[in-house]
Amino acid sequence: MRLGELAGLKPSVPMRDIFGDAILKVATENPKVVVLDGDLANSTKADTVRKAFPDRFFNIGIAESNLVGIGAGLAGCGLIPWITSFSSFLLCNAYDQIRLAVAMSKINAKILGSHGGITLGKDGPTQMGIEDFALVGGLPTMVMLVPSDPGTMHAAVKAATDYVGPVWLRSSRVAMPYIYEEGNVPFVIGKANKVREGKDITIIANGIMVSAGLDAAVILAREGIQARVLDFHTLRPMDTEAIISAARETGAIVCAEEHLLTGGMGSNVARVVASNIPVPMRFVGLADTYVESGDPNELLIKYHLTSEDIIAAGRAAFAEKQKKG
Amino acid sequence: MYQANGKDINQLKEIAKQLRLDILQITTEAGSGHPSSSFSSVEICTALYFGGILRFDPKNPDWPERDRFIMSKGHAAPLLYPVLARAGYFPLDMIHKLRQVDSPVQGHPIYGLMPGVEATSGSLGQGLSLGVGHILGGRINDKDYRVYVLMGDGECQAGQVWEAAMSAAHFKTDKLTAIIDYNKYQEMGPLSREMAIEPLVEKWKAFGWHVIEIDGHDIPSILQAFEDAKQVSGKPQVIIANTIKGKGVSFVEADYTFHGRALTENQAILAREEILCG
Repeated sequence: MRLGELAGLKPSVPMRDIFGDAILKVATENPKVVVLDGDLANSTKADTVRKAFPDRFFNIGIAESNLVGIGAGLAGCGLIPWITSFSSFLLCNAYDQIRLAVAMSKINAKILGSHGGITLGKDGPTQMGIEDFALVGGLPTMVMLVPSDPGTMHAAVKAATDYVGPVWLRSSRVAMPYIYEEGNVPFVIGKANKVREGKDITIIANGIMVSAGLDAAVILAREGIQARVLDFHTLRPMDTEAIISAARETGAIVCAEEHLLTGGMGSNVARVVASNIPVPMRFVGLADTYVESGDPNELLIKYHLTSEDIIAAGRAAFAEKQKKG
Repeated sequence: MYQANGKDINQLKEIAKQLRLDILQITTEAGSGHPSSSFSSVEICTALYFGGILRFDPKNPDWPERDRFIMSKGHAAPLLYPVLARAGYFPLDMIHKLRQVDSPVQGHPIYGLMPGVEATSGSLGQGLSLGVGHILGGRINDKDYRVYVLMGDGECQAGQVWEAAMSAAHFKTDKLTAIIDYNKYQEMGPLSREMAIEPLVEKWKAFGWHVIEIDGHDIPSILQAFEDAKQVSGKPQVIIANTIKGKGVSFVEADYTFHGRALTENQAILAREEILCG
């Protein structure tokens, strides 16, 4: 079954294509936007800006440290650099540069970490960004955004550009269905979106797992478990209020993310829950492992990142809540 | 716009002497820091800030037309702060807060905390990339400024320096001048023993740079090198400044282990005498 089909979500094109449209839109609207590429713009789709505004696009080549440093210099000129490449290459090659020149310097730079998660599929684990939430988590001044559908990608690119300060944005090679009505996308940095109401458990998800969570909620409802679903599109600053409300009002939480469980969204949500209002929790994400090449859907199944996995986690969290009653 | 016109060499030598005394005093007060690496860059910074090379306005540190000075060798912070203070960016008494809690005068420079500091540095190898970014930004903003990046010699071991060097030549950044404080020592000892960077001139030439080699303590030579660099078109320039680590204090010059440690108060008294006589 297609992702989002159970929940009645309309399919879309790959998120990277949406990013290509979105970055072109902000570059058109704002002459301060400059795009820097690590020789992957036809994969990240930042090449839309190269075609339209060649004077505000620089391919720095396969040299991520220099890519980030040049971006920092441009920010120092009052411009708004979008530093773009695969998330794994940026974070793993240029973490020190991102740390000093961007995060510690609190400059107004935006970083696109494309090909997040495992759903880039066939290119395999060397290209997959499964550690971005954890690594950007180690950069305390940086806003971290994880769009879940075409509408939130557009909104996140716009919000990141308008925000003054360092922002990390995850993009993906995979398509994510429409969760929101076009032209009516709520998106405030740091404020999670409630995309389904429910009283029995809350599914807190980001990225592709929001659609999977909505599918899961349909099945759980048939079993009599009414699941709230939160689109947790901002990892920093965390919407602690939404987490605490979810714990108080539904009494059980499932976290779902296309990322390593260690250092991921779930572990951060769990810290808020444990410190404020402990309730049963379950976690859907990658165990401590590197994934392999393959068809994205087959990988999601093999590595337990599907609506089925969220359903199982939801049942378990709900059962524990009932037992504690 | 503020521009020091004092090209009087004796006057510049006096400023250099004063900067050495500042470095000595604030690192000894802090009980830590990198005095010897700061000493070796004194004349380079003196020429830039007080010899009429750098265009800057301390009353307007974000002036879009300003020339940029990026201190890539961040451990020379005990030099950078006195230079900026004496250039008018902030009161001189600020420099005595070096390395203290609740002070913006961090052990290594942090962008945004002190006026005139153009970059966070301390993890070596990063400054030249920022310099290239400032050049590209100047082109987009249609501003006609120059960018100066001061690097250490050990820093040239970092891959990012050569990424930046390649991109600077690619973008024909002829308003970019790098200066290498070539004092021949890194933390663990002489570069030639630890990790040789020679042949340095040939490396930069091969990367498409215009290379100028000078005595990095001779102020007229430094001023001339900056003027010569300005005449180069189509290429970035690197000034390889041959220097002496610890310059100005004989027993620091003779002992590279002063790299990351301050002089004791008794040593500082002797050093002060030497600097004043020198």
